[in-house]
Amino acid sequence: MIPIAFDYVRPGTVDEAISALAAAGEDGKVISGGQSLMPVLRLRMAAPTTLVDIGSIAEMKGITDGGDHLVVGANATHYEVMNDALVKQHAPLLAQAAGTVADPAIRHRGTFGGSLAHADPAGDLPTVALALDATMVAKGPNGTREIAAKDFFVDYFTSALEPEEILVAVKVPKLGDGWSTHYEKFNRTAQAWATVGVAAAVKRQNGTITEARVALTNMGPSPVRASSVEAALAGAAATTDAIAAAAANAADGTRPTSDLHASAEFREHLAKVLTKRAVAQAAGV
Amino acid sequence: MTHIPISVTVDGTVYDVEVEPRRLLVHFLREDIGRVGTVVGCDTSNCGACTVLLDGKSVKSCSVLAVQADGHAVLTVQGLAEGEHKWHPVQEAFKECHGLQCGYCTPGMVMAAVDLLQENPNPSEEEIREGLEGNLCRCTGYHNIVKSVEYAAELMGGKS
Repeated sequence: MIPIAFDYVRPGTVDEAISALAAAGEDGKVISGGQSLMPVLRLRMAAPTTLVDIGSIAEMKGITDGGDHLVVGANATHYEVMNDALVKQHAPLLAQAAGTVADPAIRHRGTFGGSLAHADPAGDLPTVALALDATMVAKGPNGTREIAAKDFFVDYFTSALEPEEILVAVKVPKLGDGWSTHYEKFNRTAQAWATVGVAAAVKRQNGTITEARVALTNMGPSPVRASSVEAALAGAAATTDAIAAAAANAADGTRPTSDLHASAEFREHLAKVLTKRAVAQAAGV
Repeated sequence: MTHIPISVTVDGTVYDVEVEPRRLLVHFLREDIGRVGTVVGCDTSNCGACTVLLDGKSVKSCSVLAVQADGHAVLTVQGLAEGEHKWHPVQEAFKECHGLQCGYCTPGMVMAAVDLLQENPNPSEEEIREGLEGNLCRCTGYHNIVKSVEYAAELMGGKS
């Protein structure tokens, strides 16, 4: 379908964008790559009166080395993220997961920041941001603030961003020595969203897992850390049996829904199976 | 809503026009400037029939606003051939390998294949299938489409 008519502005700086968003009022909407928003507009599930296109803002592009973390501009596309040398070296989990988003054409347009701000419970990158303890850098009329990933994803399609705030960059901590990672995603058809996904990061010392982080996609209204799996893995032997035992807790505390893709019970089953696979792959066993 | 002036290069020609902000790139191509080689398929960004290259990278033109193409270059399936009789190797390969049945997905398949081969000049069968995952063929003629891309890679010198 054809979207409902709207006004369109394309600011050149973040400050101009914030002013434009404020001027647009409550029915203003930010667009960048538009790969989540355009289908919604075409289905007329949203009818913003003004689109503020932040896609051309240069200061929101690029990926830079910030010392102990990477600074990923919110406008970096999935294609840029998955191919970036810094990301591949210091946050390979992010590079891998970005490569599983949708399909090549969508990865050319869709942005990292857009995917996070959209806060789709089936999105892969919010889960990765949570697993890596990323920090969101948001700018609004009252200045800049930083929001931890664990506080950023609030509910279905709802982030902690205020209506007049824009996500400008994401700080992704570098994983140090001894860490390895894997993103395991289950979906039924090409380019489909994750029915369930699991992001795992494991720190290994000799035959022991000293620390692990596990986050789940589509197991509730927002991505969630599998804390009981993480606790069970800390200090566990890096063996198939120990990992399987820990992964059996993966559905603890989750609130998956039933929909046309899967029942809640099946999602709980998938969370356990995929956690076992993701951790085993990350731990190299 | 006010029309907005844009300047877009399509298949090498610059178009200075005014469009409604809600104008989709695919509708601009088909209805405003008559480049009807690019088709609308699913209208929900699944099928890839409307795939074009935007600044050299594949995009689904039903999911890009015409105003977002302002100042950029679009290549459609109609801009691939060199002159009247010199087809692009991917077009040649689709003809040779019978890479189309009804032909509706073909403009998008060809453009996605062009993008795939510039990323990876020598793809494996699996890489071709992965690379074309955003393009659906409702005739399910995937087998010959994959063969076409393999042959195109050969024609373009990727495979010895």
